[in-house]
Amino acid sequence: MEDREYVVEKEDREFAVGREDRESAAEQGDREYAIEVENLKVRYKCLNKISIRESIFSLRKSQVDIIEAVRGVSFKVPKGEIMGIIGKNGSGKSTLLRTLAGIFAPDEGTIDLHGHSVSLLSIGVGFQKKLSGRENILLSGMLLGFTEAQIREKMDEIIEFSELGDFIDRPVKTYSSGMYSKLAFSITAILETEIMLLDEVLSVGDVKFKRKSFRKMRQLISNEDRTVVIVSHNNNTIKRLCSSVLWIHEGEVKMQGPTSEILPKYRRFMSGGKKKKARRKKRLARKRMLEQQRAMAEGQAGLAEVPGNVEETQAVLTEVPGNVEETQAVLTEVPGTMGEAQGNQTE
Amino acid sequence: MKRFINDSKKYWEVAKYSAKSTLKSEVANSHLSWLWWILDPLLFMMVYSFIALIVFGKGEKYFAAFVFIGLSSWDFFSKTVKQSVRLVSQNSAIVSKVYLPKYVLIYTQMMVNGFKMLVSYVLVVGIMVIYRVPVSYNLIYMIPLFLTLFLMTFGISAILLHFGVFVDDLFNVVNVLMRMAFYLSGVFYNIANRNVPEPYASLLLKCNPIAFIMNELRKCMIYSVTPDLRLLAFWFVMGIILSVIGVNCIYKHENSYVKVG
Repeated sequence: MEDREYVVEKEDREFAVGREDRESAAEQGDREYAIEVENLKVRYKCLNKISIRESIFSLRKSQVDIIEAVRGVSFKVPKGEIMGIIGKNGSGKSTLLRTLAGIFAPDEGTIDLHGHSVSLLSIGVGFQKKLSGRENILLSGMLLGFTEAQIREKMDEIIEFSELGDFIDRPVKTYSSGMYSKLAFSITAILETEIMLLDEVLSVGDVKFKRKSFRKMRQLISNEDRTVVIVSHNNNTIKRLCSSVLWIHEGEVKMQGPTSEILPKYRRFMSGGKKKKARRKKRLARKRMLEQQRAMAEGQAGLAEVPGNVEETQAVLTEVPGNVEETQAVLTEVPGTMGEAQGNQTE
Repeated sequence: MKRFINDSKKYWEVAKYSAKSTLKSEVANSHLSWLWWILDPLLFMMVYSFIALIVFGKGEKYFAAFVFIGLSSWDFFSKTVKQSVRLVSQNSAIVSKVYLPKYVLIYTQMMVNGFKMLVSYVLVVGIMVIYRVPVSYNLIYMIPLFLTLFLMTFGISAILLHFGVFVDDLFNVVNVLMRMAFYLSGVFYNIANRNVPEPYASLLLKCNPIAFIMNELRKCMIYSVTPDLRLLAFWFVMGIILSVIGVNCIYKHENSYVKVG
């Protein structure tokens, strides 16, 4: 156990060093961009599904609710960067990611991926339920743009990483949700595209798989050329993996910058006023407790009243010098006694 | 247009692989498995032959092959069209996670149904051999006829796929229309020779593309008559036009399919 902890720490350190290098390079501003987004707007048209009966008998236009999920977002991601996207639920993070992956078309604005292949990994990457795990690997891989030959090369690696064993040849509809996510993660992790978008997937699976996927993700990300965008609610994940963070609030960019700056502000924002009161209460309670502990340690009832009896204590202390003279008088008598003692001895 | 060609090339393998896996999965759970690909058309052919020959008493020369050709072509067309209405919502798992041009899903369906049609046509050839049907060079016209069939099917499916996302009842409407078209297409009776009164007969043959294709296929395969090339060219062009409309519709709106969900 100790060895593994040590290894994890060492990897953390190495990774952090690599990240710092990248951050400093980013500040120099001489790296090309992998993703450039300009004034992106994405709207959902909640077209209530029209039934023919309704549209024949009532000639009113079917009500269309337009919800703007992404409202004018602009940002640039340099090549090789690991950017995190944070924001409360419903702020448009997943929509943004899907638009980057090409699943949604932007209603306004532009996205420039500079020709890089992109893959989106989200919980439940589309699988055909009736097909087996193996066939789904091929299908997903081909949909991501790889050739059959490339996928077959990596097939064994994927199966091994997913830890599914014999289940790989059974239809996906027999999988548990954990197996499902493990397979989805393995496919995207091993078939590496140039831009990877992760939508809250590093938190799936049991502890063992979580650790494994985290390390694999880190190993993938440490490749200089790969750009990764991670959406996560887990502040720890963001802190450990990302070098810069984009904070999206209600469809707009609230802040963008290095992780160390933005994350604390975000945390404070999310805790809001509620936690401040609770924190103050905690502080006062802790102070009182410490004081009581101190009193008990001294073990004297008098000291419990220390603050009030400072003068008395001083009075006691000033008396002491007087006693010193008395003590000296006593002490000078002693030699006399000793002389007598010695006299007695010589006789 | 170029985008269509590039995308089709890019996703061709995906469609092929998907079709193969679908066929395999259809067969995996049933007892008779792949035998059904042969039994299905055979049994239906027998049912329709029975109805036409014995119930209605109106047979044709080489009736078995006659019905078979009609049935196979019809099945291909109607199954693909009916399935395409719900194609996006059935495949929503894939469509919402990864981008692919939606008509690639139609390719998959066409390949699956096309494979089954191929199996039936093998049976047709078998029957033709058994009955010693005389064949001529007119067989070569099968190729443009099939191409027209594919184009018409693809075009109609693409348009229906687009509307099927937004209009839920479309599936039921298409079902009824298909049933009507089935009886109007002369699958198990011959429109030209049988008591279909004159204005309707030529109307049917000229305006119903599937009836037309079926008729011509029979003409060139079992009756060794050259099909009507002018009308064939007309329907070929119509097929292209429908496909273009369908693909355009899909390209323009496909990114809102997922949003309607």
